[in-house]
Amino acid sequence: MPNGMPVNQKMVVRDKGNSSEMMRKYGLIAILLVAVIILSIVSDTFLTVTNLMNVLRQVSINGILAVGMTFIILTAGIDLSIGSLMAVAAVIATSIVSHDPSAVGWALLAGMAASGLLGGVSGTMSAKLNVAPFVATLAMMTIARGIALIYTNGRPIVVSSDPFKFLGQGYVGPIPVPVIIFIVVTVIMAVVLYKTKFGRYVYAIGGNENAAKISGIRVGGIKIWVYVINGFLAGLAGILLSSRISSGQPNSGMGYELDAIAAVVIGGTSLFGGRGSLLGTIVGVLIIGVINNGLNLLDVSSYWQQIIKGLIIAGAVILDQRAKRNG
Amino acid sequence: MGETILTMSGMTKAYFGVKALDGVSLDIRRGEVHALMGENGAGKSTLMKILTGLVKPDEGEIVFEGNSVQFANPQAALNLGIAMIHQELNPIPEMTVAENIFLGREPRYPGTPFVNTKKLEAQTRQLLEDFQFRAEPNTKVGQLSIAQKQMLEIIKAISYQAKLIIMDEPTSALSESEVKTLFQTIEKLKRQGVPIIYISHRMEEIFAITDRITVLRDGKLIGVRDTAELDSDGLISMMVGRSLDAIYPKEDAAVGGIVLEVRGLTRRPYFENVSFAVREGEILGIAGLMGAGRSEVMRALFGIDRADSGEVVMAGETVRVRHPSDAIRHGMAFVTEDRKELGLVLSRSIRENMTLASLSKASKGPFVSRSAEAAMCDEMTSNIRIKMNRMEQEVLTLSGGNQQKVVIAKWLLTSPKLLILDEPTRGIDVGAKAEIYKMMSKLAQQGLAIIMVSSELPEVLGMSDRILVMGEGEIRGEFARGDITQEQILECAIGGGRIA
Repeated sequence: MPNGMPVNQKMVVRDKGNSSEMMRKYGLIAILLVAVIILSIVSDTFLTVTNLMNVLRQVSINGILAVGMTFIILTAGIDLSIGSLMAVAAVIATSIVSHDPSAVGWALLAGMAASGLLGGVSGTMSAKLNVAPFVATLAMMTIARGIALIYTNGRPIVVSSDPFKFLGQGYVGPIPVPVIIFIVVTVIMAVVLYKTKFGRYVYAIGGNENAAKISGIRVGGIKIWVYVINGFLAGLAGILLSSRISSGQPNSGMGYELDAIAAVVIGGTSLFGGRGSLLGTIVGVLIIGVINNGLNLLDVSSYWQQIIKGLIIAGAVILDQRAKRNG
Repeated sequence: MGETILTMSGMTKAYFGVKALDGVSLDIRRGEVHALMGENGAGKSTLMKILTGLVKPDEGEIVFEGNSVQFANPQAALNLGIAMIHQELNPIPEMTVAENIFLGREPRYPGTPFVNTKKLEAQTRQLLEDFQFRAEPNTKVGQLSIAQKQMLEIIKAISYQAKLIIMDEPTSALSESEVKTLFQTIEKLKRQGVPIIYISHRMEEIFAITDRITVLRDGKLIGVRDTAELDSDGLISMMVGRSLDAIYPKEDAAVGGIVLEVRGLTRRPYFENVSFAVREGEILGIAGLMGAGRSEVMRALFGIDRADSGEVVMAGETVRVRHPSDAIRHGMAFVTEDRKELGLVLSRSIRENMTLASLSKASKGPFVSRSAEAAMCDEMTSNIRIKMNRMEQEVLTLSGGNQQKVVIAKWLLTSPKLLILDEPTRGIDVGAKAEIYKMMSKLAQQGLAIIMVSSELPEVLGMSDRILVMGEGEIRGEFARGDITQEQILECAIGGGRIA
């Protein structure tokens, strides 16, 4: 067995791997900077406060989703249901404010509680009943969509509550409210991931579930909580979306899971779990946002935008594979 | 017995400076069944890997049917007629018997890519009849028993015009009647003049069907004998005959009160009615063959698998262990057999791995204190020297011995009363081994109770105060240090005549 390999030789080889991982981390930020620089040169409007705030506002919903998705993917899971969870939270929250326009807090709480609960159901299916997360959340995707449609009878709920609209449309100074919420969510979740036992266990479970269990970690419980948290965040994102468009649409949020997964993957988090970072995800979210915005400013047709986004995702994963092979 | 068909001479192979094979020779004659014997790590598998083209030797010559040959790859060996029946069979379950036998070389209608199913079936039927194999050519392989699958592999090898067949532990998954069928097949091959290299740990089989025996130990050839000349004692001493060296620094430790007592622990079909106790400062060695149920007992004890029945008493108190977290809370620690699969999170840092099982000690509420964590790690690394660049490097980047030290450090950080070590030195180099033995000795002196499950007999004899021998899911015997030899352990473990 190659276990007799001299330590030194192995370390030299491996350290090259580590530095290539660093390269890819900074490489990602470099890609973002290059995109920003190119766009500032080719477009007069890109580098204005208004436009940058616009970019941030546009990415904030995907950003909140991607933060939750990062936790999921770190445990080697996936959640395809978040678009439907957004709709459930949106219709519940908007129905509450349509009865009592001032009950914004209750609307948020009830909507997020519902989506968190449904997330917990997916998590339980996968952690306790051994259903693959892909399948469990695929099932939840259609179940939750059905719940949103039944709840509203398929009709959108119009919002007239100004305090509710403030969540998605308001500004504090020059900064849009969704951006503030996105930042607060990111900071809280970064603390959870990097400063708590829970966060440590998330990485451990994704890296080696058996070793985590033998080390005394309640793997099932942690996984379920990860899906609950992801459900909460999906609900929050769904409510922000409904506030932004002033209506609770049972069909809203479709396809949002794909953008969130894309941001996480571009950000370098391994789909096999155990490796990745929130910083990477945030950069991934920004790269998608900046490029979307830039292509809009440059009048590139939205059809072409789809292709370009796909190429970026593929490129990021290829880069990831190469980094892994070198490591 | 016929003339020599294969001669391997002076076979030498080193992995990273460690010689796995050192000038070993092997000769095989037409129509003989030739046993290749040796403990794990003796060099059997390396020798067979060379013969089947999986590994290139550093030195040595292979003469097959009078020609000097070199195998660039497994296909080259197969083309010359050297086939290996592996321990783990991998036919494709969704395909039929015929499709599996002729996979990749199906008879076709001339000039077309279409398989001539009729011809395929006819050819297969002929082969099956030759071996009185009761299955239809179009039976799905998934429906066959393990023995039948094995037979299928043998038939497949014959259909390749094999001139030499290697069987690696062919009976490990077979029932007694299936073994009989296999032996009949082997007899038939013998009569056809096809020689067989037979690797097995089961003594009775060796004496039942082999003609000659080659014994390897520590990568060297110990001897070649006619089977009729040897008895099992003679064979065992050829296989193990080495003295315990000075690498076992077991020092006497004061043995105190009982730490763990296990009564009637049962988990069918793995083990039944297992009872034993370990005391403070004592190293309890558990020996036995692979599959004797040793690891399974430890897993159940630690709450990884659920036991059917039995009682576990820790420090005088009956405890219920339903999850490893219960075991840890009661003061147990478990260095598992397989570091990569069960012991480590390879993608995370040394620091995160070391504190994984004791993170609460470094935490206030849900929050981990990095300074408390660093202090814990520093204290541990001042006792256990891990060769590393920095604490933040991924565990993946460490050598086997250093990885094992990280696992041990992880468990010592839980401040256990009982440390379970399952094959603690498997796959690590001699230097790291000696360090781990020293560590065990020191920990015992500090009053820790230690259970060491090991298949390496010198290690069991060298380190244990007391030795339990397990076989087929039950405890077969208990011995004090110095009261027993390797041969006696093997005899006890074999019971029914089988050997590790």
